[in-house]
Amino acid sequence: MGSSTELLRTEHLSRVVDGVRVVDSVSVAVDRGDILAVIGPSGAGKSSLLRLLNRLDEPTGGTVYLEGRDYRTIEPRELRQRVGMVMQSANLFPGTVVDNLRFGPAQRGIDLSGPALARLLDDVGLAGKGDRDVARLSGGEAQRVALARALANEPRLLLLDEPTSALDEDARREIESLVSRLLREHHLACIIITHDRAQARRVATCAMVMDAGRLVQAGKIDEVLDA
Amino acid sequence: MLSSFFSDTLALGAAQAVVAALLALAAMVVARTQRIHIERETVVALARGIVQIVAVGSILVFIFRGPGWTGSIVLAFMVAIAGLIAARRSQALPGAFRVAVTAILVGAGTVIAAMTALGVIAPALTSLIPIGSMIIASAMNASALALERFEAEVLSHVGSIEAGLALGARPDVTVRPYLHAAVTASLLPQLNSLRSLGIVWIPGLMAGMVLSGTDPLYAAIYQFVVIAMIFGASSLTSVAAALMVRPRVFSGADQLLVRLPSEGS
Repeated sequence: MGSSTELLRTEHLSRVVDGVRVVDSVSVAVDRGDILAVIGPSGAGKSSLLRLLNRLDEPTGGTVYLEGRDYRTIEPRELRQRVGMVMQSANLFPGTVVDNLRFGPAQRGIDLSGPALARLLDDVGLAGKGDRDVARLSGGEAQRVALARALANEPRLLLLDEPTSALDEDARREIESLVSRLLREHHLACIIITHDRAQARRVATCAMVMDAGRLVQAGKIDEVLDA
Repeated sequence: MLSSFFSDTLALGAAQAVVAALLALAAMVVARTQRIHIERETVVALARGIVQIVAVGSILVFIFRGPGWTGSIVLAFMVAIAGLIAARRSQALPGAFRVAVTAILVGAGTVIAAMTALGVIAPALTSLIPIGSMIIASAMNASALALERFEAEVLSHVGSIEAGLALGARPDVTVRPYLHAAVTASLLPQLNSLRSLGIVWIPGLMAGMVLSGTDPLYAAIYQFVVIAMIFGASSLTSVAAALMVRPRVFSGADQLLVRLPSEGS
């Protein structure tokens, strides 16, 4: 991490909420192609960190550099297009699968073409299911749509906040292998939060451990997990 | 029957109030036989009601004798109180009081001013204040319902709103369905009033006009005029409240400011 191919870097990134430092001076870097697993117990500040990276919340200290540029100088809407995010719950919008996939690009005035939609659906294993009402999807299918919806924006970095935590074991494995394949095929960098160290080893190339809002350890995946 | 005993209208009113209160107390006694105890609430509510309404009546007597411009002050005072009440149930919304007061001022103020200028509302204080108060009260309800519903919708759809923001959507796009729901819900009572006018209920104003000897047909038409003005003011207020509160739930960096306290993991 931290080379000339650096995509994102945080510098003493902090957020204080009601006097509690939910993220406490975290400095970390992500290179292009990195898949960084964020590990730590509940309440460690993992989700809070991810929300800061997408600027859904405002840092109270430090900042984030995206491709060398302080992200506070980037329009939030442009930043969020470049830094995609998939949350624990799919949070799909009412309508069809295709309606959801079109949403992100439509915000920039882009109407996704039929072949682009078909490619996205194929990418996440939902070929031919574009017209299905999202209310009728299973949890695993909904999370696939959430992934495809984020990819439709063609982000450079994907933030995944425990994308498999609400799924059963089979669906979890499916989404996990899907994520690995998509990141590889789309040449995407990714920061993924997980409670599951085995999952981190299977998916990630590097890891950081958080506790009480602080960065405790960071490095290559095997170095961190075997330490 | 009572009128044959009292020649003075104030004495007659007092006697009528006593009879009406006795009727309410009799209902309380009936409830008591069924072991339903509402004695304290009934007595307190009756006492409070008579004190409040007599106080208002006394103030109105004083105001009605004053110069015409006092009407504006009274209505402005009503708008301020209405704003306070409307904002009370939407504490999670930043600046709810300012939004409610401004929205009521825009909605009720515009309708009262326009209708007075057109002669639909007589400029006399005896007409302007009662009708103005009805319009302001309805605008207050519309504002309160719109703000409360919007707050509830936002709080229960935080995930969807932030999913939209995370995909690069403008804040107004992410809350559009909840804004529509809030405005629609806030106008339902007024829509129902219009639908059921004369069939399910005969409103107080018309009843009062008929009781005071006005031609029932004119009273009916004027009641429609008032209900239509109330609907217009409520609609304007509701839309104004919705449009003003929308940007207040987001920061300058398009971050949702209204969230349940569940941060940190």
